[in-house]
Amino acid sequence: MPPALAVHDVAKRYGRIEALKGVDLTVESGELVGLLGPNGAGKSTLVKIACGLIRASRGRAEICGAPAGSPSARAALGYLAELFRFPGWYSAGEVLRLHQRLVASDGGQSERDDLLELVGLSEAHRVRVDAMSKGMQQRLGIAQALVGSPQVLLLDEPTSALDPAGRRTVRALLEELRRRNIGVLLNSHLLSEIELVCDRVVILSHGAVVAAGTPAELSRPRGVEIETDRGIQHFENSGRDEVPALVENLIAEGQRVYGVRVLATSLEEEYLQAVGGDEA
Amino acid sequence: MRAVPIIALYALEEALRRRIFHVVLVLTALYLALYWLGADTAFEEVQQFEGGLPVEEKELTGGTLFGLSMFGTLFLGAVLAAFLTLGVVRGDAERGLLQPLVVRPIGRNALLVGRFLGAAAVCVPYVFFVFTACALITRAAGGWWPDQFVRPGAELAAGVLVIAVLGLLGSVFLSATANGIAIFMVFGAGLVAGLLGQIGEALNSDTLQTVAERTSWALPFEALYQDALYRITSESRGFTGLAIQLGPFGGSQAAGSNLHLWVAAYFAVALSLTLAAFSRKDL
Repeated sequence: MPPALAVHDVAKRYGRIEALKGVDLTVESGELVGLLGPNGAGKSTLVKIACGLIRASRGRAEICGAPAGSPSARAALGYLAELFRFPGWYSAGEVLRLHQRLVASDGGQSERDDLLELVGLSEAHRVRVDAMSKGMQQRLGIAQALVGSPQVLLLDEPTSALDPAGRRTVRALLEELRRRNIGVLLNSHLLSEIELVCDRVVILSHGAVVAAGTPAELSRPRGVEIETDRGIQHFENSGRDEVPALVENLIAEGQRVYGVRVLATSLEEEYLQAVGGDEA
Repeated sequence: MRAVPIIALYALEEALRRRIFHVVLVLTALYLALYWLGADTAFEEVQQFEGGLPVEEKELTGGTLFGLSMFGTLFLGAVLAAFLTLGVVRGDAERGLLQPLVVRPIGRNALLVGRFLGAAAVCVPYVFFVFTACALITRAAGGWWPDQFVRPGAELAAGVLVIAVLGLLGSVFLSATANGIAIFMVFGAGLVAGLLGQIGEALNSDTLQTVAERTSWALPFEALYQDALYRITSESRGFTGLAIQLGPFGGSQAAGSNLHLWVAAYFAVALSLTLAAFSRKDL
């Protein structure tokens, strides 16, 4: 079975500017992959190539084995753009109905109700887009991307306009998508969001992948911290495996141990190192 | 092409639910009221000269007034066509309205054709409505009716569709504001061509007439308008016919049957260029 999204050696050039320099990336079904990078790293360009909105100068992108931009690739795809808008005179229900027609979904009213409930907008069926807050519109955008039960979801900054409660709703939604075996590429500046929900992380900088792996693979050990009756003691060169021996030694020395923490670098620290300290 | 009617309906809804359409309706009502007042007064005033001029007053007044109203109809139709098409590609892409539609499995051609049909579904009935209303007002005010009715109306509607397709083509390359300005400049160029032709005819200048003719064919909404003008008084003869032809908004020219073939080819090329440019455009 082909991956949900496969990007092979994709490059994009705008005149003299090389936005992407040969990127490889894969998202399997049911996998959540976070795409990180500073402004201008090429994240949105990569997502747009996968959607068929822009053409790659080199390489290829495939959605479920079909070339990006082809009708079958589009039929398998849900997309939320970073900057998007729906006609202000439409209600939430009308927006979803239009997209149901466009993807030939036969889900009808029940699909619309389910999607609005999924994004926490079940009361907004008749609310016009004009009257919605930015956060509500962003949730509606996510619901729109899910019309027709896509196999791949490309989300470009889906939580940028959401408050903490809205972000939690989206996190729960992403977990639900994983359960439904949907592959998700999540482009976000919010490292904490990515760290919390993503199975893998890909970091782009200056149009190239500079780091990739699971959040655990990307982080480096930073020692062990043990709290005893003599205070907090730091063991820099130790890791998780050394914890029992360290605790045993401290008890043998007559110390009382209250807590142990295995330290590792955060995604933010790894990210900043990977992009050379560029502003996120 | 399954999506064409869906997009056309979407475009039609957009046109009818936008405030601009309501503004157009109010302005049209105002325009028709003013035209009624003007026509009523003009016919009344002309009656005072009865027998004093070597022309048929009713025919001269009716033809001139209705020719004037046809310019107004073409202008209002052009405004509507411009507003409905000027931001279809780049304008909507800049506002983020286009991307959610383009990523759907519908094809870019279907999207553009649907948008065009939606605009046409608004513009064509609108032009016919204003054209018919003006004809009825002219008849009510002075008992005058055009020599031909359906064909001039259809030619005005076709002229507006040419403006719509040019607006669509411009929208691929230009931002909404720039495209709006470009459409009205093109419309103005067509108008100038008509005026040059009139001046050329009055001065008997072949050069001016050639320039005017070629320009009006390059911008065929003007040639269609001129042919439509000719047809509303096609049976007027003698001094009356000449007076109507040289009227303030005359410039009538019988174009012959080649015009319709030319317009069809022009339209097909403009639409093909639009589709080709859009299919290669990065959004």
